[in-house]
Amino acid sequence: MTQSVVVQVGQAGNQVGCRFWDLALREHAHVNKKGLYDEALSSFFRNVDSRRSDGRACGVGGRIQHLKARAVLVDMEEGVVNEILQGPLGEVFDSTQLLTDVSGSGNNWAVGHMTYGLAYREQIVDHLRKAAEHCDCLQCFFLIHSMGGGTGSGLGTRVLSLLEEEFPEVCRIVTSIYPSAEDDVITSPYNSVLAMRELTEHADCVLPVENQSLVDIVNKIKRMSHTGKPGSMIKRDSTIISGQGGLTRAEKPFDDMNNIVANLLLNITSSARFDGSLNMDLNEIAMNLVPFPRLHYLVPSLTPLYTLTDVSVPTRRLDQMFSDAFSKDHQLIRADPKHSLYLACALMVRGQVQVSDLRRNIERLKPSLPFVSWNQEGWKTGLCSVSPVGHSHSLLALANNTCVKPTFMELRERFTKLYRKKAHLHHYLHVDGMEQSCFSEAISSLSSLIEEYHHLDATKGKMMPDAPRLGIAR
Amino acid sequence: MSVVTVQLGQCGNQVGQELFDVVCTDVREGPRKTYSAASCERFFYQTTHGDLTARAVLIDMEPKVINQSMTKAAKSGRWKYGDTSHFSQKQGSGNNWANGYCVHGPRHREVVEELVRREVERCDRLSGFMAMMSVAGGTGSGVGTYVTQCLRDIYPKSFILNHLTWPYGTGEVIVQNYNSVLTLAHLYQLSDAILVHENDTVHRICSQLLKIKHISFSDVNRVIAHQLGSVLQPALTADSHGVYSRNPLGELVSALTCHPEYKLLSVCTIPQMPNSSIAYSTFSWPGLLKHLRQMLISNSKMEEGIDWQVRPPSGSERTRSVTGGSFNASVANLLVLRGKDVYSAETGGFEDPTLYTSWLSAEEAFNLWKSPVPFNKYEKSATLVSNSQALLKPLDNMVAKAWNMFASRAYIHQYVKFGISEEDFLDNFTSLEQVISSYSELC
Repeated sequence: MTQSVVVQVGQAGNQVGCRFWDLALREHAHVNKKGLYDEALSSFFRNVDSRRSDGRACGVGGRIQHLKARAVLVDMEEGVVNEILQGPLGEVFDSTQLLTDVSGSGNNWAVGHMTYGLAYREQIVDHLRKAAEHCDCLQCFFLIHSMGGGTGSGLGTRVLSLLEEEFPEVCRIVTSIYPSAEDDVITSPYNSVLAMRELTEHADCVLPVENQSLVDIVNKIKRMSHTGKPGSMIKRDSTIISGQGGLTRAEKPFDDMNNIVANLLLNITSSARFDGSLNMDLNEIAMNLVPFPRLHYLVPSLTPLYTLTDVSVPTRRLDQMFSDAFSKDHQLIRADPKHSLYLACALMVRGQVQVSDLRRNIERLKPSLPFVSWNQEGWKTGLCSVSPVGHSHSLLALANNTCVKPTFMELRERFTKLYRKKAHLHHYLHVDGMEQSCFSEAISSLSSLIEEYHHLDATKGKMMPDAPRLGIAR
Repeated sequence: MSVVTVQLGQCGNQVGQELFDVVCTDVREGPRKTYSAASCERFFYQTTHGDLTARAVLIDMEPKVINQSMTKAAKSGRWKYGDTSHFSQKQGSGNNWANGYCVHGPRHREVVEELVRREVERCDRLSGFMAMMSVAGGTGSGVGTYVTQCLRDIYPKSFILNHLTWPYGTGEVIVQNYNSVLTLAHLYQLSDAILVHENDTVHRICSQLLKIKHISFSDVNRVIAHQLGSVLQPALTADSHGVYSRNPLGELVSALTCHPEYKLLSVCTIPQMPNSSIAYSTFSWPGLLKHLRQMLISNSKMEEGIDWQVRPPSGSERTRSVTGGSFNASVANLLVLRGKDVYSAETGGFEDPTLYTSWLSAEEAFNLWKSPVPFNKYEKSATLVSNSQALLKPLDNMVAKAWNMFASRAYIHQYVKFGISEEDFLDNFTSLEQVISSYSELC
C-alpha cells in the first residue's frame, strides 16, 4: 500500500485542505468499524503512540492510537493555520508540519515565489523530507493552492519545483483553484499566468477548479433542497457540499465550496486506498490521461451531487449518474467537454457498481462524445467497492479535453489587458529576482499551450485516415 | 506430472484463483479415484496437515489483490495457497509495460525465481508452467513477460503455456493496445503456446448464454476458469495408452503449436448455460459436435447466432483469395470431450481436410482427448482448442489501434521514461505484422 502527502499552501489551499482532512476522517470512521489502523488509513495518516519514547509511528495492524495527517501546511500569514490548529482538527497536525510567517504575500506572486521561496527553501525541503521519511512507500504529493493570490500561487509553485527537484520519482498532482472573471484581486491574472507556467513545466497532473463553478454547484444543491417537491427530498448529509458528521461542527463560509474540492481528492484516491474489482492506482492516472507531457490539465466532474431519499429506480439513477458526469453543470471548471475534443477520459466509480453497468454506460455515451482520432476508445476505468459517505455509489470523471482552451484564453486576455498598460507591474519588478522576462516567458508558455490545444481541436470532426501499416515482404 | 502456475497482476491472480476453485470442486464430486488423484497431483500438493495447497506462485506489484485471492481460497475450506508462495510490493506498475518489464521485473528477479524453484522442487515430475496474466495493464503484461523470459532461461526443456486475457475493445486502460503489442511480440519468441480469452467474448457468454443480469468480473473469471479447467483436467489422449495423460502441456503444445509462426490458441466450450437449466437439458454428442464444428468454421465464439451458411472451401476453391471470406481456416485443432458415453462420440467432422491448411494432413492437424468423467455439472461437454484464424481480426484491430496512436507519438514519453524506445516499438510492430500476415495467408 502506498502513502500520499498533502501539501497545502496559502489561504485557499489550507482552507480546502482543512475540509479534506475533516472529510477523510469522516470517511474512514464510516468504513473502519474496528478501530484498527489499517492500510487504507495509513495512506493519509500516521498512527502515533505518544507514550513511545522513540516517537516513531506504529505499524499497520494495531489499534488506532493517535492519528496524524501526512501533511505539510504552509502559509505566509498565520490566521488560517492558527484557526485550524485551534479547532478540533488541531490534534491531527503537529508543529513539525507547519510553516508560517506573519506578513503575507500581498497578492504578489513574485513575493511568494522569489522572496519567500528563497528565504524558506531549506525549511520547506526539511518539512517535506520529514513527511516523506514517515512513509513506507510514498507514491504521490497532492499540492493544493489557489492561482490568484500571492502565497498559494507564488510560494505554492516554488514548492512544486522543489518537489520535482527533491523527489523526482514521486507523482505530483496539483489541485489549482483558478480565479473567476469577477475576482476581487486585481492582479490575479498576473499571478495566475505566472503560476501556469510553473504548472505546465513541473506538475504531472493538474486538476483545475474554478470558484464560479463551485458557486454554481452549491446554488444548485441549495435550490434542490428548498423545492420541497415530493420525490425529491434530499437525504441529509449526502450532498457533496455537506460536512456533516465530520469533526468540525460550525460551518464557516466557503466550507460548502471547499467540501466539493475535498470530495474530489477523496474520490481520486479511493481506489488506491480501498478494495475493488478493477483497481486504479494514482500512478495510473498520469500514465493513461497524459498523452503529451505538457497537456496534463484534467477537468474533474463529480456526480451525484446529492442522494435523494427515494431509493427506488436504482438502475436509472445509476445511468443518470453517468450522463451527469458529462454535463457541463457538473464540471468543476466552466467548460463544456461534450462540445470539445476528448484526448482521454477516466471514470472512477465507487460503490456497488458492476463492470456490466460500466460497459453499458460507456457504450451508450460514446457516440455523443468526440474523441481524438488516435484514441477513439480512450477510456480508463476503475471500480472501487467502497462507496463514499451518504451515497450508495458515485462517479468521478477526469477528462483531458480541449475545453480548457477557452478558460486559458480568457486568462490570457485578462492578463494582456493589464500587461498592455503595465498596470501594477512595478510591484512585481521591485522584487529581487523578478524580471520582465518572467512575464514574457510566462505568457509565451501559456500561448504555446493554447496553440497545442488548438491544433488538436482542428482535427475534431475530421475523418483522419488511418496511418498506413507496415508492409511485410511476402 | 504437475503444472506450476504463475499468477501475475490483478487479472492473473483473480482468474487463477477461480481456476483452482473450479478444479478443486471438480475433484471432489463423486468417487472417481484415478481422475481425482491425477487432477490433484497436477494442480495441488498436500501439506503435512492434509490441506490441499495449490502449486502456484502469486505475483503482483501491489498487495491488495493477492491478499484477496489468498483469503478467498482459504475461505473455501477445501484448498488454499501456500502461505509463502506469493510476492508483492507496495506500488503497482501504473499500467506501464516498460515499468513492469524494465524496472520491476529485473528488480525482483531473484525472489520470484526462488519462489518458482520451490514449487518446482515440490513436484515429482514437472510437466511445465502456465503463466496467467492480462495484456492490458502494467504488471501482468510487463512483469509477466519478464518472468516468462526468466522461466525460459532457467528451464529450457520445460513447456511454457501463457494464458492471456485480452481486454474489452472499448477500453479498460487507455494504453492497453501498446501494452498488448509489446507483450505479444515478446511472448511470441518465448512461449510454447499462447492461449487467449477475450473479455468481450466472455462477457457475451455471460449475458446471452448464462443470462446473468449484472455481470461482474467474478462472473467473467469463472467462465474463463471453466473453459481452462475443461482443457487442463485429466484426459485420455492418443499417446497416453489408456491412462490419464501425464503430460498435458507437452501434448497440447505438440498437438497445436508445431509451427513457430502459429502460436495463438482460442478456446470454446459447449454447452454453457445457467446452472438452473442444466438439470432440464439433455445433450447428444452428435448435436454438440455439429454445433462446435460450425462454430469453428464460421468463427462464432459462442453457441448463439451461429452462421450456418459458411462452408469450408472445396478442393478446387482452395486459393488465397477465398480465405478472405468468412471461413475460418485452422492450422490444428484439439477436441476435448468429457462425460457420459464419450467413447461413442463421432468426431469425423473435425477430420475433414478442407478445414485445415494444406501443409498438414488432417490426421496430424486434428487431436482428440477424452474423459468419461463429466466436468463441472455438465453431463456431456465438448471443448475445442483451436489454432486458427479466430484471433486474427481481434489481433489486427489491436495492432491497428496501437499503430494509429503510435503515429501521433501519444504516450510514448511514458514508455521512454522507463527504457523502451521508439525503435523497440517499431520492432514489436513488425513482429506482429508478420504474425498477422502468416495467419491471413492460411489456406
